[in-house]
Amino acid sequence: MSATAPEPTTVRTAPALELHDLEVAYRVRGVWRDVLRGVTLSIARNEAYGLVGESGCGKSTAAFAALRYLPRNGRVMGGSIHVDGEDLLSMNDAQVRQLRVSKVSMVYQNPTAALNPSIRIGDQVAEVYALADAAGDGSDERAREMLSKVQIADPASVMRRYPHQLSGGMNQRVVIAMALATNPSLLILDEPTTGLDATVEGEVLDLIRTLREEFETSLLFITHNLGVMAKMCDRMGVLYAGRLVEEGPVAEVFDRPSHPYTVGLLRCIPRGGVRKDKETLDTIPGFLPQLGADLPACVFADRCGLAEEICRKQEPPFHRVSDGHCSRCHFYDRANTLPRTTGAPPVLGESARQEPVLQARGVQKTFHQEGHAIHALNDVEFALKEGETLGLVGESGSGKTTLARLLIGLSPPDEGSVVELDGAQLAPTVNQRKRDQVRALQIVFQNPDSALNRRFSIHRILGRALTMLTGQRGEQREERLRQLAHSVRFDVRLIGARPAQLSGGLKQRVAIARAFAGDPRIVVCDEPTSALDVSVQAAILNLLVELQAKQKVAYLFISHDLGVVRYLSDRIAVLYLGRLMELGPADQVFESPQHPYTEALASAVPTAEGTERERIRLVGEIPSASSPPSGCVFHTRCPRYIGDVCKTQEPELREVEPGHFWRCHYSAEQLRELQKTPPKPRV
Amino acid sequence: MSSFGEPIGSSVTAAESPAGAEPALGPGPDEAKVIRRERLALLLRSKTFIAGVVILGFWIVCAIFGSLLAPDDPLRTNPVSALQAPSSAHLFGTDTLGRDVLSRVLVGARDILIVAPLATLLATAMGTLLGLVTGYFRGFVDDSLGRLIDAILAVPVVIVGLLSMVALGPSTVTVIFVIAVVFTPVIARTVRAAVLSEVQYEYVAAARLRNERAPYILFGEILPNVMGPVLVEFTVRLGYAIFTIATLSFLGFGIQPPAPDWGLQIYQHYGLISGGYWWPVLFPALAIASLVIGVNLLSDGISQAFER
Repeated sequence: MSATAPEPTTVRTAPALELHDLEVAYRVRGVWRDVLRGVTLSIARNEAYGLVGESGCGKSTAAFAALRYLPRNGRVMGGSIHVDGEDLLSMNDAQVRQLRVSKVSMVYQNPTAALNPSIRIGDQVAEVYALADAAGDGSDERAREMLSKVQIADPASVMRRYPHQLSGGMNQRVVIAMALATNPSLLILDEPTTGLDATVEGEVLDLIRTLREEFETSLLFITHNLGVMAKMCDRMGVLYAGRLVEEGPVAEVFDRPSHPYTVGLLRCIPRGGVRKDKETLDTIPGFLPQLGADLPACVFADRCGLAEEICRKQEPPFHRVSDGHCSRCHFYDRANTLPRTTGAPPVLGESARQEPVLQARGVQKTFHQEGHAIHALNDVEFALKEGETLGLVGESGSGKTTLARLLIGLSPPDEGSVVELDGAQLAPTVNQRKRDQVRALQIVFQNPDSALNRRFSIHRILGRALTMLTGQRGEQREERLRQLAHSVRFDVRLIGARPAQLSGGLKQRVAIARAFAGDPRIVVCDEPTSALDVSVQAAILNLLVELQAKQKVAYLFISHDLGVVRYLSDRIAVLYLGRLMELGPADQVFESPQHPYTEALASAVPTAEGTERERIRLVGEIPSASSPPSGCVFHTRCPRYIGDVCKTQEPELREVEPGHFWRCHYSAEQLRELQKTPPKPRV
Repeated sequence: MSSFGEPIGSSVTAAESPAGAEPALGPGPDEAKVIRRERLALLLRSKTFIAGVVILGFWIVCAIFGSLLAPDDPLRTNPVSALQAPSSAHLFGTDTLGRDVLSRVLVGARDILIVAPLATLLATAMGTLLGLVTGYFRGFVDDSLGRLIDAILAVPVVIVGLLSMVALGPSTVTVIFVIAVVFTPVIARTVRAAVLSEVQYEYVAAARLRNERAPYILFGEILPNVMGPVLVEFTVRLGYAIFTIATLSFLGFGIQPPAPDWGLQIYQHYGLISGGYWWPVLFPALAIASLVIGVNLLSDGISQAFER
């Protein structure tokens, strides 16, 4: 039984990919554990099909199964896989290899790891042609052609280079070129843009869309980013615990989600510019079941607000919601009534204190590498008030993390930089700072896996932080520890566990608790949710808002996700090549008039609404910090480039509206007028 | 060593409880017990591991109860019955002084099973300390100690052994010292590499951000996380140590006569092989080989079980 109606326009040929009742298990520590529990889906020719779900749902497993390329401990336990009408499971190894050469290709998440670091780009691309075609005639020529098709400006020079000499976005183009080289009927993309900057992500997605039309390739697109999904796919499937719980046309599913899990996922992301003081984000209660766990009849019943008796006894059939839109839920017609799990947002009172807690002026940071001076930060200036959130955005390489490490004292700033806490200059490194200063300024790192010592229990991690930061010991410390765990909503019963036994979200709660152990005044959050799933991200963001309301702590919030930054921040600072390009109230930064760089950055983000601003293409790559462009550092890529003045004169950071600063030769009025229409592409 | 070798983020959980409600119990401490039990089951099913345990166990029993198991006194000379071929009276034959080879092989396990682990332990301790310090501090400390390590590595074991024998006199303690000096740099390098990858993790930065001092960060935070590589290195080096001790004895620098050491027995009799007297050499040689193989099988079994 195929759950989907055939596309009316397709010719009557076999689908590009057809999975029928596919079951896959992994053998972990000697026991077989189910990962896919009967997945049925079919991708028509020339169709883009997206798979979403939290990590651990089996998305990647489904993709690898379609290539019959499971890890060594993985095995197909049942069902069938047909690619282009051919039964993959009955093939011998040679036939499978032939199929991978000619019909299916895959693009992986990390392009730099997908390319061989010791082989020149040209040889790697040419190799695909040599494989496909025993003679391998003119494979170099064809490789050059293919590279220009993926919009690489100078294919001849790129072909002579090694992967490490190219940027991540460039490498991903090369990987896509290789994947499309043999004109496959199915292209599998496993989170192809997750590691890339928003501006580069936008370009790569555009490229995939263009190429798909040209090559008439079907896509299996795996992503956790609902915005990307909305932009790229025709139909989508929602995977939960190895089951397909909902499937349908993308617009239809986003419009009328009919499974509580889909409803929950869509409610988790900050959409349409909502902010922390207006609305809390909804979350999905409970945990994704362990690999191979016993599940109720409806796999989602344990976490579902609508679940009733029947959900545990009887497996819901794949109900038809509308044409081609199906949901595996007994109550599909009222999935939208799923009760919210979170209440009203906490009241964020204005702070009475006007003088800033943290003040940075003329902050410089220069790295010295093989005789080159790299100016990672240049004349950065900002102030942070009590209980305020300053969002920090910018592409990778803009100096966000350098600034974070410098503030907390992990790396010293250059001589002459001023960083003041309550008006007192801070020592350059943390071990020269007073205990009160150390506890006042803490950080939450991006990845809780590496930020928590995996050999220690949560009790020891938090206990040690309390002892060192507050000097508490004995029963007094235990009491404070329980309060701390409670304040981040960490179950005290789990206090004896080690980090590896906890889910990503719980680990991040512990990391947050550690930062809050000494009642900090300022917490630097360095991409604290980018390693987490959306439902977990929502819970962590809610927690940060709640803690801020209670403790009047100020955040410096670093993220590449503009939706999240907008949700959380009162003010936003935009960094480019170590320089502050724009600084102002969150609403103003996201509205016109805005700095041309911010304008481009904001336009590149795909939104889950599917409504898209016209994307502004930034020309070229972010220049090297060791030889920044003259004048305004952004002039080489600026969509609103004026002329020679940008090349020769560096604009000052000036106040264009009350509280709103930017570094551009244009005035607010000029940009407001200009930004009514999208810029013409630069040549 | 409950979670030894656990990769970062190995648990397969990824969901979250609502901020408002009481968090549901996630994969709790019970999971640790399950993982431990499953690992143990895997270990007990591993033929490699079992074979290693059996061989090593046999020699440990010999080392402890050797004198009770031995059919004869390993030190009692009997010139009348010298160099007798294996027979029902002497299963492994007798050596030049008429001592029972079987008894000497069985009892000979004791010396090597005391000396080898002690020497390896000493080398592991010193190597780990050196590796931690060079890996964490880098810069001048790393450069200067690194050169010293390279220098020691460049000197052949035999030379170190010979010089030590001359300087310290031949004794078991000298053997332990030689093995420790030779193995320390090797272990230090392995540990340094492990420390270098640990230092990148933010838990080290987090420790600095609560004003921890370097000794605590080294021994309190980093050491527990490199114990996996350290343990593997210990078992691997143990095999080499057995081999090296036998070599030193064979060259006459090691354990001194009349101890029934295996290497020593080979040294004393290898000249006789051409005369057809193979048994006083073959049986101690087989003993050395089986012990080294046993230790290696055990170490392979352990590392395989933790990789899966």
